[in-house]
Amino acid sequence: MRTSPLTAAQAGLVNCETCGLLSQPASAAEPGYCPRCGMALEWRRPRSIQTTWALVTAAAICYIPANLLPVLGTTTLGSTEYDTIMGGVVFLYTTGSWPLALIVLIASVMVPLGKLVALSYLLITVQRGSIRSNRERTRLYRMVEIIGRWSMLDVFVDTFTVALVQLKPLMSIQPGPGVAFFAAVVVLTMIAASTFDPRLIWDAGVDKEFRNA
Amino acid sequence: MTDDPIAPEGDPAARACPDCDLLQVIPELPPGGKARCARCGRMLATRSSAPSDLPLALTLTALLVLIVANTMPLMGLSVAGRQAITTIGGGAYQMWLQGQEVTAVTVAFCALIAPAGYILFMLIVLLAAKRPPAPQWVGDMLRWADAMQPWAMVDVMMLGILVALVKIADLARVEPDIGMYAVGILILLFPAISVSLNPEEIWARLEWADGESPLPAPETSTPEPPSSGSTP
Ligand SMILES: [Zn+2]
Repeated sequence: MRTSPLTAAQAGLVNCETCGLLSQPASAAEPGYCPRCGMALEWRRPRSIQTTWALVTAAAICYIPANLLPVLGTTTLGSTEYDTIMGGVVFLYTTGSWPLALIVLIASVMVPLGKLVALSYLLITVQRGSIRSNRERTRLYRMVEIIGRWSMLDVFVDTFTVALVQLKPLMSIQPGPGVAFFAAVVVLTMIAASTFDPRLIWDAGVDKEFRNA
Repeated sequence: MTDDPIAPEGDPAARACPDCDLLQVIPELPPGGKARCARCGRMLATRSSAPSDLPLALTLTALLVLIVANTMPLMGLSVAGRQAITTIGGGAYQMWLQGQEVTAVTVAFCALIAPAGYILFMLIVLLAAKRPPAPQWVGDMLRWADAMQPWAMVDVMMLGILVALVKIADLARVEPDIGMYAVGILILLFPAISVSLNPEEIWARLEWADGESPLPAPETSTPEPPSSGSTP
């Protein structure tokens, strides 16, 4: 009744990830280079699962000091007060406005955590060869790709707060060690999203040979 | 099943979905039309209804606005008769001075280098692809522009600045400056460039890496001779 969908790989064609040209490589083991744009051709992103796991793990490790260490230190008349990311959210809530507090909370705490959970879930389901809710998992992957950059928000907040408030000896604000860990979480999860190959979601149950072990 | 016409290598209408690898043939799209993957819903092709020079005009405008955004102060702060201003680069530089080199480099890349790189590479691509066949290196430029795009975070930076302003408003009087308005315009220009541009059209005008000349466009009757100087 239903004809099974044919993927490019099943048809012996490689899709160039750079320019989108389909080509038929002379050898399946060595796809070679795209005749149009000259980039190396790959059936699937190389070592996708291991690389993504490594980056997700590194990001998860950085996520802890990013939240525990101070991101800002405010010096007024000799005494310095330190603030973590959550401290900044609480500050905005009590003195600023709750919508901004909510935006910072979502962008700096929930989005990075959500990215780590979502990528781990995608990796685990691909490794177990799940064939359920492929469309939803692909959508989840695209969401991770799109919203990932917004978790950079607090790094920018800290940068411009520090840059502007340099009125020594009256008052000055310095960055804390938490900022660097936080920037590392954002960069690592963004690279992790780009090393994950969403086509692996669809390969399960169809063609085991393309799954990277 | 096997009489499915999808397979021809080199058929410009045949495409594999980048997200699920399903083979499909993209029909001729009307202006403003979109084609999505039948299996996973990924956008596969769009046909812009905008005039072909729009991406170039938008990119040129973005270049001018970018220069203003990076050279003019973003905002000024005054407290007890003392004043301070900052630029985008000044933010990253202050982070470096405070011993946060990793953060400084990340901020400089996302707020300065990636947006500038994206605009410059796009500008070169759009100018060079005006008369096909365009040389191979134009493809590299397009690839680099593509790589820069997710890292160009002017929009995230703008929201970050606004949050910083609210935080500081408690301590001192802050006023937005020209740079801030320029960043606001850039936020609109970046997505406009990528929406008005069809990368497939650019790829079709490039000389192939294996030395082939691009396929002649339907309206040109005489095929262009391959330009010399390419490596096989
Ligand atoms: Zn698809």
